[in-house]
Order: sequence, then structure tokens, then C-alpha cells
Amino acid sequence: MFTYTIRRLVLAIPVLLLISLIIFALLKFAPGDPMAQVPMTVPPEVKAKMRAALGADQPLIVQYLLWLKQFFIIEPLHILGTMTGYDLVGNAQRVISWQTRSPVADIIAQRMPQTLTVVGMSYVVGVLIALPIGIVSAYKQYSWFDQIGTFVSMIGFSVPTFFTGVMLILIFSVYLGWFPSIYDTTLVVDSWPHFWLQVRQMVMPVAVLALYNAAQISRFMRASMLDNLQQDYVRTARAKGMTEQVVVLKHVLRNSLIPVVTVIALGVPQIFGGAIITEQVFKVNGLGALLINAIYADDLPMVQTLTFIFAILIVIFNLIADVLYGILDPRIRYD
Amino acid sequence: MTDMAKPANTNRAIRPPRSQWWDVWDQFKTHKGAMFGAAVFVFIVLFVVIGPLIWQVSPTEMPQKALDLIRGKNLGPSWEHPLGTDQLARDVLARMMAGGKVSLAVGLVAMVISITLGTTVGVLAGYFRRLDGPLMRLTDLFLALPLLPLLLVMVMLFRDPLGRMLGIEVGTFLLIVTAIGITSWMQCARIVRGEVIALKEREFVLAARSIGTPPIRMVLRHILPNVMSPVMVAATLGIAGAIITESALSFLGLGFPPDFPTWGRLLADGADYLQDQPLRVIWPGIAISLTVLSVNYIGDGLRDALDPRIRGR
Repeated sequence: MFTYTIRRLVLAIPVLLLISLIIFALLKFAPGDPMAQVPMTVPPEVKAKMRAALGADQPLIVQYLLWLKQFFIIEPLHILGTMTGYDLVGNAQRVISWQTRSPVADIIAQRMPQTLTVVGMSYVVGVLIALPIGIVSAYKQYSWFDQIGTFVSMIGFSVPTFFTGVMLILIFSVYLGWFPSIYDTTLVVDSWPHFWLQVRQMVMPVAVLALYNAAQISRFMRASMLDNLQQDYVRTARAKGMTEQVVVLKHVLRNSLIPVVTVIALGVPQIFGGAIITEQVFKVNGLGALLINAIYADDLPMVQTLTFIFAILIVIFNLIADVLYGILDPRIRYD
Repeated sequence: MTDMAKPANTNRAIRPPRSQWWDVWDQFKTHKGAMFGAAVFVFIVLFVVIGPLIWQVSPTEMPQKALDLIRGKNLGPSWEHPLGTDQLARDVLARMMAGGKVSLAVGLVAMVISITLGTTVGVLAGYFRRLDGPLMRLTDLFLALPLLPLLLVMVMLFRDPLGRMLGIEVGTFLLIVTAIGITSWMQCARIVRGEVIALKEREFVLAARSIGTPPIRMVLRHILPNVMSPVMVAATLGIAGAIITESALSFLGLGFPPDFPTWGRLLADGADYLQDQPLRVIWPGIAISLTVLSVNYIGDGLRDALDPRIRGR
């Protein structure tokens, strides 16, 4: 198992390099100019110097290698440096946003908590809703509960998140006035009223994403439970005189969770993609909103770094899913 | 045994010869959700195709006089404008029809591109062992790409150049369907490859090969017809995915240009007037959701109908 993990990790490196090259090559065609927002009164030779300072006048391969070095060596060293308090990088050039002229990593670090609280919470809520629904609808297949569950999950992945989001705003903000429609990221949670505010503003974005996730995961849970309920070992367990509770919750549930856990792991990076839309609807200024704004502003280093971070997440969680599958299911041996 | 077989035989003699597709249709008919979905989908298609012939109001025309514009904008439902008017006094019903036409066209064309790509890659990878490794690595690589961010980036980069070359509408349409197509073929390729690998070991393929069938005819005559069922299911689900992706792009402002209606665009525009005119958001939202829901149910029914193990039960 350990050697398999190591081998997969090593294999992930060329894949990531290739992805970064694809993203880089795609952005090469961009019409964006780092000097687009500099006033017209700045003389051309000064602009040329500024361009050179950003490294935008180098040949493309140099720019790519420079970006790789900045992304894989300097930025991690900088993060390590801020954590330990030592200055490890000195004055080395970091990835600079064309929009704000500040290091991309710093902006991402500012935006990360918002995305993680909203998206992370919604994923947890989604999984917590999905598992019981999947279990019950498989155990009582074709009952009214199962029919409703099927219909709701069909709606869950047919209705786009921007529509559910806008509908929730319409019902709960405009008509009922229960929740604020705009997520206030400047809110500092230091007292109970503030905590209550934070909960209220998180309800709707979390609900939208949770519904979407729950719809998919509950389907997997149901299918996996159905597969296992028909197995011989279930009949054996019942024949031994075990209570129904033990049979379902200990024997069947544990075995059916194996594929579901991997599906849950695989879904984590996708949720960041889905969060782009939800963040836009509720004006959460997390990573998704950052990406959209960077795209509008032609801020190529930011777009490149964010897209690449999403790619890294996908590769890592694919790996985690495979490894988890091997750990949870003793029948699967990779070596 | 013979007694049992006799009635069946006479029965078959009386009945006209049936193709496999009649059996599929019979099974499809028993799936209530799928029939309902098909009915809804046909209704939506009629709405966007026949609708404009009956409701002959221009979706883009604005009143010429400023006074008419101010008086005619943001109206509620009336006989003159059954779904009201938008902020530029354009008829929302006509815009819904025009928008639906674009959304459905994007869904269908993007699906065709993605299915063609996916089937080609899948068949090549499954049939020719030498291509299997590279093509499947390519598929894995595409699956590891962050698709929505990349789609956004592609639209941002190529919308203006293509718009200048081909005209803004044709250019954007081509860009969006190609972008959606080349970011959604991977599932289809994997399914087809699996099917082809299984088919290759079957006797009829061996028989065909032993009489010297060349690879091209082998693929076209023997392999492709047998992988049609999973491809058709993938195609239906592909339409749903493409429609959602297109409307998401339009909603984020990176789809079609503002005065060019699609359902996603109408929803995004309506979201600004949510408080005064909630219906302007609800109509396109319901249209997208109903289309996707009906297509998903059709896919569900097709999956059951095309599975010979379920069919006839």
C-alpha cells in the first residue's frame, strides 16, 4: 500500500507539470496586458521597465520556467518562512497579481477561509443529509420515502445552483426577510450576536451547495446499499439470528460505505468548481469570486495560479480516493 | 415443452416482424417518469420552435420613442405581454422562446461534439491495443483538469477574436459548443472503451475477423452498432449537462453577449430586478430546470429500455 502511494505520488508530478503547461499555453493566447490599468500618462519607456520588472517581456519558455520556480519553490518557502518566523526567500520574485501588484499567494490566503467555511460546511452538511437518506431509501426500496428521495435528488442535480440560490434569496431574503442575501465577509465572530449573524448568513449558500451534493451522494449510497443487501452474507447474518439493526447498520452499511467514501473524496475538488457559481450568487468573496474577478480583469498570474490550485486539488483527491479504497477494502490490493 | 413452444410460435407468425427498436420503445413506454419527461421535452421543443411562429413579437426590438420605452419597461403580465416586459421594454415571452432556441441548440450541438469525440477516442482505445495507453492517459489528464475554470478562461480568451472573425453571435456559439464539447467527452470515452474491449472477445467479432474484415469495416459494421445503447444514454445526459454549463457561463457573464438572449442570460439579467419582478427569474429558471429534469428522466428510461436484461420483464 505504501509503495503504491509513493508510486502514485511520483506519477502525479508529470501529470501536474503537463496540466500546468496546458494552462500556461492556453493563457499564452490571452490578449491581456499587465499594463492595461496603468494610466496613459505614464511614458512608454517606464511602462517597458515595469513590464520587465514583472517578467512579462521574457520569452514564453522562460516565463513558464520562472513561474514554475516561483510556484513550486519560492511560494512554499515563503509559507514555511511565515510559519516559522525565518526569512527563507529574501527578495526573490514571487508570483505577483497584475491587478493589485501584491503577491498572489497572500490574496489567496485572505480569500481561502471564506471558501473553506462555506464550501466545507456545505459538503459536510450534504454528506450528513445524504447518508441517512440513501440508507433508508435502499432499505425500503420503492416505498414512498424512496420515491420522494429519488425525485428530490433528481431535482437536486437538475436544477442549477444559480437558480436554487436566486430562489432562496427571493423567498428567504426578499419575502420573509429571515436571512441576509449578501454574505458579509468583514464580520468578525467575537460574540454570540455576531455568531448568530454568521450562522444566518451562511444558511442559504450552505443549503444550496448541500442540496446539490446530497442529491449525488444519496444516489450512490442507495445504489451501494442495494448491491450489498442482496449479498449472501446478509442472508447468513440474518440466519444466525442477528437483529435487523446489527445486520443493516454493522454488516451492510460498513461494506456499502466503501465506494461511497471514495465518491465523497472525489467530489471534494468538484465542489470548489461548483462554488464559483454559488459564491457569485451570494457575493461571498472567496476563491471562486476571486477567479471570476481575475478573469474579468485579465489578471493572468492570478487566473493561472488559481486554476492550477484547482488542478492540484483534483489530482490529490483522486489519489486520496484510490488509497482510501485500498485501505477500506481488503479485497483490493494494488501491489 | 413442445406444447409450451407452440402458442408462442403461432403468435410470432401472426405478429408482423419487429425490430429491436420496437422492443426498446415498448419498454420505454412502461417507464412513467421517462414518458412524462419525453412529453415535457417535446412540449419545450414545440414552445421554442413553433412558438415564435404563433407569437410573432421580436425578442430584440425596443420601442423607438424614449417615452414608449419608459412607459413600456418592466411591465407585469398583461394580454399584450403575457410574461411582461424587461428593463428595455422587450417582450419576455418572445425572449424566452428565442433564448430557449439558443440553449437547446447549444445543448444538442455540444452533445454531438462531445459524443463524437468520446466515441472515437473510446473505440480507438478499445480496439487498437497500441493506442489504448496513450489515449487513456489523455482521458485521465482531461479528467484531472479543472473544467469550469478552464471553460471560463477559454471563453474569456477566444470570445473577442472569434467574434471579430465570424460575427459575434456565430463566433460565440461555435466557441461555447466547442469548449463544452471538448471538456465533456471523457465519461463517454471510458464507457465506450470498456464496451469495445468486452465486445472484442466475442465470437461474432472473431468470425468477422476470420473472413478477413478490414479494421475500418469491423469498427463501423460490428463494433459501433453494439455500443450504441450506452452512447445514446450518455448522449441524453450530455444534453442536460451542456445546457446547465451554457446557462452557468451565461449567468457568470461569460457566455453569449448581453443583447443575445439565452435562458441563462435571461436569468442573470432578471436577477438584478429580483425584488420588483421575481417572475423574470422564475420563468427562465423553470425552463432550464424542466428541460434538464425531463432530459434526465428520458436518459433514465432509455437506460432501462436499452438494457436487454431488464427489457421484456
